[in-house]
Parts: sequence; structure tokens; C-alpha cells
Amino acid sequence: MNNIIVLPLIIPIIVGVILVFLRPYVKTQRVISLVTMISLAGISLYILNKVQAEGIIRLDFGGWVPPFGILFVADSFAMLFVLTASIVTAICLIYAFSSIGESHEKMFFYPFVLFLVAGVNGSFLTGDLFNLFVCFEVMLLASYVLITLGGKKAQLRESIKYVIINVLSSWFFLVALAYLYGTIGTLNMAHVSERVAEAGQGPLLTTISILFLIVFSLKAGLLLFFWLPGSYSVPPTAVAALFGALLTKVGIYALFRTFTLIFYHEPSITHTLIGIMAGVTLVVGCIGAIAYKDVRLIASYNVVIAVGFILVGLAVATQTSLEGSIYYVIHDMIAKAMLFLIVGTMIVLTGKTKIDEISGLIRNYPLFGWMVFVVTCSLAGIPPLSGFVGKVLVGQGAIESGSYVLLALAFLSSIVVLYSLLRIFLNSIFGETIISTEDEVPLKKGMIIPIVLLGVGTASLGLGAEFISEYVSDAAYVLSKPSVYIEAVLGGNK
Amino acid sequence: MKINDVILRTVTRIVVFIILTFGVYLFLSGHNTPGGGFIGGLVLASAIVLLYLSNDIETVQRSLPLDFKLVAAFGVLLATVTGFGSLIFGVPFMSQTFAYFDLPVFGKTELTTVTIFEAGVALAVVGVVVTIILSISEDE
Repeated sequence: MNNIIVLPLIIPIIVGVILVFLRPYVKTQRVISLVTMISLAGISLYILNKVQAEGIIRLDFGGWVPPFGILFVADSFAMLFVLTASIVTAICLIYAFSSIGESHEKMFFYPFVLFLVAGVNGSFLTGDLFNLFVCFEVMLLASYVLITLGGKKAQLRESIKYVIINVLSSWFFLVALAYLYGTIGTLNMAHVSERVAEAGQGPLLTTISILFLIVFSLKAGLLLFFWLPGSYSVPPTAVAALFGALLTKVGIYALFRTFTLIFYHEPSITHTLIGIMAGVTLVVGCIGAIAYKDVRLIASYNVVIAVGFILVGLAVATQTSLEGSIYYVIHDMIAKAMLFLIVGTMIVLTGKTKIDEISGLIRNYPLFGWMVFVVTCSLAGIPPLSGFVGKVLVGQGAIESGSYVLLALAFLSSIVVLYSLLRIFLNSIFGETIISTEDEVPLKKGMIIPIVLLGVGTASLGLGAEFISEYVSDAAYVLSKPSVYIEAVLGGNK
Repeated sequence: MKINDVILRTVTRIVVFIILTFGVYLFLSGHNTPGGGFIGGLVLASAIVLLYLSNDIETVQRSLPLDFKLVAAFGVLLATVTGFGSLIFGVPFMSQTFAYFDLPVFGKTELTTVTIFEAGVALAVVGVVVTIILSISEDE
């Protein structure tokens, strides 16, 4: 009886629906949505600690025992994601209060953010592949609304691509599920894993696994990221930050889950393929990050690079590299949200989007300028900020298993990240100011506070890596030992 | 151009009741036999859409003054809150229960908590379908 683990899914839905009725009361909506996200973070932290104390927790909906019913499974890996997602969403909401505008707030902005969170949390927690599909859809439908809300021409243009690509990939997902069910006869992840292990991962199952790889790669932006830079650069800043922080991570989560729990028998095929895709993603992402001068596109290509980097950890698949990837995902959620908020704020302050048109912001907004420096260092992986631990562990894992090409690509990409962000810093933050004191747009407190909060987040995650190492190593342990997960799900009733 | 739709209007007046009855029947027969909130909701929504088609939007809205967005929201709320009810009774989320009652008119009747959940689903479906149709028709 662990009803608590359904709360991260059900609370946002119920509160979101209640907010629909409170449509005209913008202030009430703000307060309620923020309180909800903060309490979700508290609940996730509680569950995370409970998982440490009692092992993996599961909840069988309606008392239907697995593998017959649908269930939620909370292990450290899932809970770390849920916790970070809740915190980042809360901070993005604070940014939205002062930036999103009343027209958005009256068109159900907050309910849809909460539905998005519900979908994201559901995807992290579910222990059933079809339920994963459903939660993906909940998340995607909310994201369709959030990306089009506002109805600007660029938004509509990019959202058509975004919707079409996601509808297509959802269809692929459904086909892959049908194939899997046809072959294995179950969709409960633990049960699938057990049966795949019994039957042996033959050519047929490997092909199905590659179909899953394609689906999740489309969602995660691994190699198949052509839709990503466009659609992440058009929505309002707070939404772009949420997308950049959360959406690709759900695809990444699904990739990690399927290829560590279910399809881990043929690493020479599947994991090599993931390695190649991650390598290419890194290279192409780096080219993109250097090539453009539009700050939003630079930020979007940085998302792509991070996806490549995280997936290097999965391709290598040692316990150390998995640990590194988990660290890096947590770091990336925080740092990417911060980067997108910063980029959006730059555009608000100057009204321009190209780095060579913006200059000398640090003279007008010193704190803001230094925050750009913090995020640059953090994303490049400079200690003591949070990117460092993840990069070191992924690198260590790559050396252990002798994947030197991926190692080289991963670390070269860090240099490119540093270069692409330093370019923003040197061009736009340093230098002669273009804004005279009279024209200076005041930087709203509501904009700088979330950025500083995220900056503090990335610094404390780096300095406090010791504190979360226990959780992360437990998460990596479960990922590298599928039997632990299977035992927790199928081994008798608790 | 004004279309002559006397036949449509006359037929609709009768057919709407047949559809509504069928919708309620489908809704109630769910969870044991084919039917349920989703299908029942779709049928109910089709009756409302038929009303909109045969009369104009304003007329229907005058006699049926509902914001269907809120109907959908209420449906979702009802469905999730029933799931939530399990938490109060200390059983797993989305658990259901049923019992037999002797009701005055119907005799021995099975009442289930699923029905409340299904009612939520039905309302959500009605709300969403009608909202979609209305927003398409409002588009110029």
C-alpha cells in the first residue's frame, strides 16, 4: 500500500482541473500552482528517502497484481528525475509570473503546465510500457498547447512540425508496442524484461528494440533532433525553459529504462548503435552551437549536445558511466532551464536576438551578467559547479570500457559548449554597452530571482555532490542490475 | 442562401431523444457489458452536436447554457477524485467496489463506484467533443 507514489501524477491533474474553474483569478492561479509544485518537490523528496530506506516501492492500481494490472514503480532513478523536474518547474513558474503576460494566464497557461508535469512524472514513474505511452501523450498534448499558445506566426509554423513529428513518433511507439506484445505477450516492464531474458534477445526482439530506440530518440532529440532547435526557440521564455529542461529528459529516461532493464542482451548491436548516434549527435550539435548567432538557437543546440553526452553514458553502460549520466541529467535539467531563462531575459532586455547586436549587458545588469558566467562554467563542466561530477564519471566509465572515440567526442563537446557560451558572454555581456541609462529596461525582480535560484541550484548540486551520491549510486545500481527491479515488481506482494 | 431544413428539424426533435436514451443505456451498461463512459459520452455528444446542426448555435446555447470546457474539466475532476477516494479508504489508488441494493423501482440493483468514475469520463468526453466541434464551427 504505497498510494503516495501516485501523488506526483494525480496532484497536478486535480489541481490543474481546479485551476480551469478559477480562470479569471490570475493571482489565485499563480499561488496555487506554485504551492502545488513546491509541495510536489517535498513529496518527491520524501518518497526518494523512503526508497532508500525500504527499497523500490510499487503501487498496483486498483489492487490488480502485476503483471496483470498497471502499476507505478518508484526507484531512486525515477524519483531523482521527478524531484528535479518538480523543483525546476516551480522555478520556471516564478519566472512565468512576471513574464508570461495576462493573456496567457487567462488562457489556461497554469493548468497546462501542471498537466505537462503530470505527464512527465507519470512517464518517470510508470512500470508499464503502454502506460508510458499514455503518459507521453498527456505530456505531449500539454506541450502542443503550450507551444502554440500565443498564436504568433513563428510559433504556428514550428508547432506544425513539432506536432507532426510527435504524432508520427507516437504512432511508431504504438507499432513497436504492438510488435512487442505480439512477440512477448506482456507490457509490464519487469515482466517483459524477464521474458526477453528467458527467450533470448533474438533478431526479432533486437529489431523491435531498435524501433523503440528510434521512437525514444525522436523524443529525446538523439540524432533525430531536426525538429528541436526550431520548436524550442519559438515559445515564450518560461515555456522554452520548461521544454529544454524536461521534455528531452523524458525521452532520455525511456531510453535508459528500456536499454538497461529490457534490451540489454545484445549490447554489440543496440548499445553500439546508441554510441554511434550519440557521437553523431555530439558532432552535429557542436556544429550547430557554433554556427548560429541567434542566442535561442545556440541554447537549443546546447540541449542537443547534452543529449548526446548523456547517451554516451548509456552506450558505455558501466555502472560508473550510468552514475555519471544520472548526475549529468540532474545537472542538465537545472542548467538548461537557467540557460533558457537567461537567453529569454536577454531578448526581453534588448529586443534583439543576435549575439553581435547585443553588447555590454554586464554594465547595466551586473548580477545578470555574472549569472551568465555561472551557467557557462556549469554547462562546460568546470568545478565546483554541477556539470563537473557527471562529466568525470561518464569519462571514467568510457575509459573503463575502452570507448576512446566516444570519450574524445564527449570531452571535445565540452570545449565547444564552453566556446559557444563564452561567445555569448564576450559578445553580449562584456564590451561597450549599447543601452544608454535612459533607455535601460529595468530588470524585473521576478526574472532575476529564478535565474539566481537556478544558479544557486547548480552551485549547490556541484558542491553538495556528496549528499546526493548515495541516491545516484543506488539509482545506477538498480539500472545495472535488472534483477533488482524485476524482483521488486514481480516478487510477491508487499 | 437559406436552406430548407424542415425535415432535418422535425426528425431531430424525435431522434435526439432516442440518441440520448441510447447514450444513457450504453453508459449504464458499461463495465460489465460493451458500453461505458467513453462510448456513452460520445453518443450523448453526438446528440448535442445534432442539435447544434439543426438549430443554430445561439438557439441551443440559450436553452442549454453550459460552458462545455467547464463540463470537460468537471468530468476529469470527478474521475480523478473517485480514484483519489481510494486513498481515504486506505486501499490502492483506483480501487473499486460494488454492492447490491434493493431500490424501490428497480428492485435488486448493482451500484458500483466505477459508475462515478465512468460518469466523469462521460462528462469529459461530452465536453471535449462539443468544444472541438464548436471551435471548428466558430472558425472563419
